[in-house]
Amino acid sequence: MVAFTMRRYSSKTTTQISNVLLCNVTDRVSFWFVVTDSTKNTTTVPGSEVEAAIRMNRNRINNAFLLSDKTLQFLKIPSTLAPPVEPSTPVWLIVFGVVLCLIVAGIVFLVVAGIQQRKKKNKESTERENLEDKGEVTITIENGIPCETLDLKAGHINGVFSADDERFTSL
Amino acid sequence: MVKLQLPNPGLEDRIPSHTELEVLEKEEADSRPKWDNKAQYMLTCVGFCVGLGNVWRFPYLCQSHGGGAFMIPFLILLILEGIPLLHLEFAIGQRLRKGSVGVWSSIHPTLKGVGIAAMFVSFLVGLYYNTIIAWVMWYFFNSFQEPLPWSSCPVTANRTGYIEECAKSSPVDYFWYRETLNTSTSIADSGSIQWWLLLCLTCAWGVLYVCTIRGIETTGKAVYVTSTLPYLVLTIFLIRGLTLKGSVNGIVYLFTPNVTELANPVTWLDAGAQVFYSFSLAFGGLISFSSYNSVHNNCEKDAVIISVINGFTSVYAATVIYSIIGFRATERYDDCFDRNILTLMNAFDLPEGNVTQDNFEQMQQLCNMTDPTIFASLKFETCDLKTFLNDGVEGTGLAFIVFTEAITKMPVSPLWSILFFIMLFCLGLSSMFGNMEGVLVPLQDLNVIPPKWPKELVTGLICAGSYLIAFIFVLASGNYWLSLFDSFAGSIPLLIIAFCEMFSVVYIYGIDRFNKDIEFMIGHKPNIFWQVTWRVISPLIMLVIFFFYFVVKVNEELLYSVWDPSYEEFPKTQKVGYPNWVYAIIVILAGVPSLVIPAFAIYKAIRNCCQKKKDRTGLIGATSETSVNGNLKNSA
Repeated sequence: MVAFTMRRYSSKTTTQISNVLLCNVTDRVSFWFVVTDSTKNTTTVPGSEVEAAIRMNRNRINNAFLLSDKTLQFLKIPSTLAPPVEPSTPVWLIVFGVVLCLIVAGIVFLVVAGIQQRKKKNKESTERENLEDKGEVTITIENGIPCETLDLKAGHINGVFSADDERFTSL
Repeated sequence: MVKLQLPNPGLEDRIPSHTELEVLEKEEADSRPKWDNKAQYMLTCVGFCVGLGNVWRFPYLCQSHGGGAFMIPFLILLILEGIPLLHLEFAIGQRLRKGSVGVWSSIHPTLKGVGIAAMFVSFLVGLYYNTIIAWVMWYFFNSFQEPLPWSSCPVTANRTGYIEECAKSSPVDYFWYRETLNTSTSIADSGSIQWWLLLCLTCAWGVLYVCTIRGIETTGKAVYVTSTLPYLVLTIFLIRGLTLKGSVNGIVYLFTPNVTELANPVTWLDAGAQVFYSFSLAFGGLISFSSYNSVHNNCEKDAVIISVINGFTSVYAATVIYSIIGFRATERYDDCFDRNILTLMNAFDLPEGNVTQDNFEQMQQLCNMTDPTIFASLKFETCDLKTFLNDGVEGTGLAFIVFTEAITKMPVSPLWSILFFIMLFCLGLSSMFGNMEGVLVPLQDLNVIPPKWPKELVTGLICAGSYLIAFIFVLASGNYWLSLFDSFAGSIPLLIIAFCEMFSVVYIYGIDRFNKDIEFMIGHKPNIFWQVTWRVISPLIMLVIFFFYFVVKVNEELLYSVWDPSYEEFPKTQKVGYPNWVYAIIVILAGVPSLVIPAFAIYKAIRNCCQKKKDRTGLIGATSETSVNGNLKNSA
């Protein structure tokens, strides 16, 4: 694997598996390795080159072993982290836009409804004033309570009269 | 019983008599707005009382003052302090049928300052409270993505590692201090306005305006949602929390009683302060709300019910919060332990799975025996579940740091995040309704606003004005300003106002008259419990709390916590002293509302003296009731 990596990096076809020397192999699968250059007679390839090669092909190496950067660690080679997924418009701005539209719609609706209500009330009171001036409107009063306020509530059912209905036989 | 009654001439002329109230009730000729039904009134009061403090202040106090044992001072002071004060505010509002300024100036013209002070406090508290709601909205907007933005650190430019500030603290800390607040290193360093927070602030004030645009007509509808939704979400979180590992540890830790804490006076002081602030007393909002009730509404029952609901909510919320905190603490504990296990395994090349939490100690000893030199060189972290549980933060730290971290560890995190922040939003908004009421109605009572102006315009102006002033909280140093306001604007003045309220009603209005009023309203005289608490116990408790609070605050060196990445002990916050000019601001915040009370009394007294010298008017303005076609045209 390492040989393959070195081959790809330096585009020399001569690096073989035998060029990769292992040492300090432990049971829990960790080891030190050096890469020799067969063309230059057993001199080791500088560490920075090896590092760069590994960094370039890290993904291939990981995939070959079905491991990831967290499970296959190369000491002193920090993994390049995946960039965060950034949508073109930040999500929060979208939600904010929705909420703001709702708020504005609510304000407009309530203010307009209020204005309409006020116009209706003004019209009603001017009508009543006109009628009162003409002396035509008699405000009927029942038991000291004007009928208008009675109308606004749900109708009062006078129990005495509704009981009468039961006396008549139904058809 | 203390039979002290200060002379109060002319009281009868300033307040509606019982017969007038009866007529008003029958004729329904009151021009004051009314509640559509009792449920709206109860929900509004519950919403005002139950706020963010129940969620993030009470659990912390409970846990830090001896767990289950804290319930004892809390319940005792709830009964002796909370319920009497609440009943008093409800009864006086229902009887005099005016907002806070109207009520106090009816009792005696020199007491108008009490109402004005309450208005100032409501205004100042409303300013910063809505900013917290803006922060909640910011988190809410950001919750609609998976993974949540505070679950991992952002990467550096060349993508080799995490940003240093984030790597040293934690993703949630970084998201809160840097990406949300973008906080500066001191209160003097204002920085610029954070535009994203400004947008959220606009939203917050916009929502508040929509809900309060026509006073209780619109808030009465809004509270059906804002007061009930938090309970639903708390229940969902409780069920979810109990299924998580380690949640029971948290609940057990919360309620384990430590009876020795009861001997500590600070426990009682904190319990009293918590009861007092939790009930939103002395803001004036509750008086206004109950003035819209019918005259014969049973305010005694209401006071007891709302107090019970408030207490229950505090305990319930504490359970839910600590179940989640227990889960988070257990996760951290497990992570810490796993790191220790890994250290041991790496050093001794042990196979995976050989070392678990249970046999860790044995394996340690075994390894020590096999190779002491290597073992001695190993560094193990101390993992203590109690330390992680003790990490109970309060306030914004609990909601925006601890809880958000716990949420990232739960599956389907965006859902829990959305639910949590909706709950906080509803809790905050329903409290803001009371604050708005406490500002709007006094302004109307003071006749500062021309009566021709429609209500929509007035609420709009108040919201717009507060919004502009609240810009100070979205600067880079906004967080520090907010904690300043929180500590000083809403603490001492309220205690003074509440004490003045009690004193005024009991000794200036007259406890006998008050008893007769309550008998008229609800049918029976208040029993011995109310008499004792109103006259003696509650004012005494208020005095004691105020005294201790004042002494503590004045004596302690005023420090505030600063988030400074260049601090040696970063990520701990650094405690820094305030610059000198801030002390002036503190004096203004706490002093102006408190001093308005005596200042206004003196001003009124001087005016009275001057007027008496000028003319000897025998005619006092008599209230003549015009009647048109049988309708009583009574200006309320």
